[in-house]
Amino acid sequence: MAEFDPGLKVRVQQDKPVSLNAEIYCAPGELIALIGPSGGGKTSLLRIIAGLAKPDDGHIFCAGETWLDTEQGKNMSPQQRRIGYVFQDYALFSHLSALHNIEAALLHLPKADRRIRATALIEMVNLSGLEKRLPGQLSGGQRQRVALARALAREPKVLLMDEPFSAVDQVTRRKLQYELVQLRLRISLPIIFVTHDLNDAMLLADRIYAVSRGETLQSGPPMELIRYPDNISVARLMDLQNIYEGQVIEHDDDHKVTRVRWLDYELEAGLQKKYSPGETVNWVVPRSYVVLHRRHRPSLGERENPVRGIVGEITVMGENTVISMWVNRQREHRLALTVSNHVAERNSLSVGADISVSLLQQGIHLMPLQARDISRDM
Amino acid sequence: MEWNALDLSLKLAFWTCAILLPLAVMVGRWLAWNHFRGKAVVEALVAVPLVLPPTVLGYYLILSFGSTTTIGRVYETLTGHGLVFTFDGLLLASIIFNLPFAVQPMQRAFEAVPMNVREAAWCCGMSHWQTFWRIELPLAWTGILSALVLTFAHTLGEFGVVLMMGGNIPEQTRTLSIAIYDRVQMFDLDSAGVMSALLLCLSVVAISVVYMLGYRSRRNHG
Repeated sequence: MAEFDPGLKVRVQQDKPVSLNAEIYCAPGELIALIGPSGGGKTSLLRIIAGLAKPDDGHIFCAGETWLDTEQGKNMSPQQRRIGYVFQDYALFSHLSALHNIEAALLHLPKADRRIRATALIEMVNLSGLEKRLPGQLSGGQRQRVALARALAREPKVLLMDEPFSAVDQVTRRKLQYELVQLRLRISLPIIFVTHDLNDAMLLADRIYAVSRGETLQSGPPMELIRYPDNISVARLMDLQNIYEGQVIEHDDDHKVTRVRWLDYELEAGLQKKYSPGETVNWVVPRSYVVLHRRHRPSLGERENPVRGIVGEITVMGENTVISMWVNRQREHRLALTVSNHVAERNSLSVGADISVSLLQQGIHLMPLQARDISRDM
Repeated sequence: MEWNALDLSLKLAFWTCAILLPLAVMVGRWLAWNHFRGKAVVEALVAVPLVLPPTVLGYYLILSFGSTTTIGRVYETLTGHGLVFTFDGLLLASIIFNLPFAVQPMQRAFEAVPMNVREAAWCCGMSHWQTFWRIELPLAWTGILSALVLTFAHTLGEFGVVLMMGGNIPEQTRTLSIAIYDRVQMFDLDSAGVMSALLLCLSVVAISVVYMLGYRSRRNHG
């Protein structure tokens, strides 16, 4: 007999209307984010999990139940699956008050119990006092809370959220994110949310699934995907900009480094023996692993993978300054790095200024060579 | 004022609405959410009475439901009377003639209910029937009501098809609009004027209600 798995396990494959080839697992209490470009199949996956669409081939198991098994011809309806779904624009029932919207998901209970449970949910999402308001009389954030309460009303086995923060302003977004984190402490069910905003995923998700063209390319904790993307597509989805092509020179077991030729530099990366000497690879370094050398004041740290160039572009973004460095003064070899505004000021950085940086060894990650145009799927 | 004609007109309008309500809700809802090959043809067939001269429609109805036709004969066997020149025939003609007035506003009303709202209802555990009663109907009711008002008013004023299919038999097929025509023919302009004024008032009220409902619907969906 198969072992009871309280989590959500999904495998789907289809060619039309959206090409999908995905495998997802979400444990109870875990929050996973599906990130990827718009039209990449994220919402389609959510709809399939909810039972609102049926794939050509696949299975979905949740909390020990088989929701979908195309081989066996089994496909439970959305009503049977017990899912909580927060739609992108919330899809509230505009003719019903906030309280009645929540009660609409409790029709299986006696009328008196519905009111008690709906009121408790209203309190849980901090909407007390607004029970009688119609959705049209609520703010974006309040509507999202009603949608969340409605989704949780049936005591779902999985909570699905489609771009839950896309329709609210930045302040409300922060507040709702905080509330979701608080909510997770109280409920223990698999939560999947779809977003194209990497910041949302980084802040909230235990694990991220990078989805592109309907395919789950890689999954892992947010920092793992940033540090060790499997390929260029994932690197781009994680908003990594410093992606280049180089050639493996050698592996040095004594110093635990792999040396890589890039332009006229010999870079040292952490030991990555799955690539053979002579092999052309892609490599990536996150911006946070590019360290600006203090101009006019050399230090010892500058020996680590030093790279020279000029400031090509400089943009102040809030408290940070984003620099696009033209390596070896060549515009086509750009390296992005971020420094605090005061660092930029202290170093008198301006367009055209000579600068040098260190690419920290532990930040350099090698990936199999992938054609450039294929990677441009964002 | 011919009270019998008014009574008959109101009776005809009431039964037309009563029969068309479930029929048009079903057809309108089906057309709103289903895409299939030949949908344009179905929509065109529903809309034909809008452009066809009422006399032409009446002519074909007589051809289809006359006592020599199969339908006419079967109906006569079942009820003891035919369809042509009877109230039943009048009602049937009225239903067919009013099909676009009832179906089209209802179709638009159901189209305005967002698909994801229906899906949200399913995810809330509502069956399709519960979704229809609790979500779709309340959201589409302004469109449904305006369709009924339009149908009611249109039936009261219908002349060509009624004359062709029902003739002018007092207390059986002589509706208000036929009575007006008859009175004018007899130079009884006073009676015709009273009845015309009544129809005019009813029409103005009906159209006002339709517009009012339209504004309300736009406000709700907007």
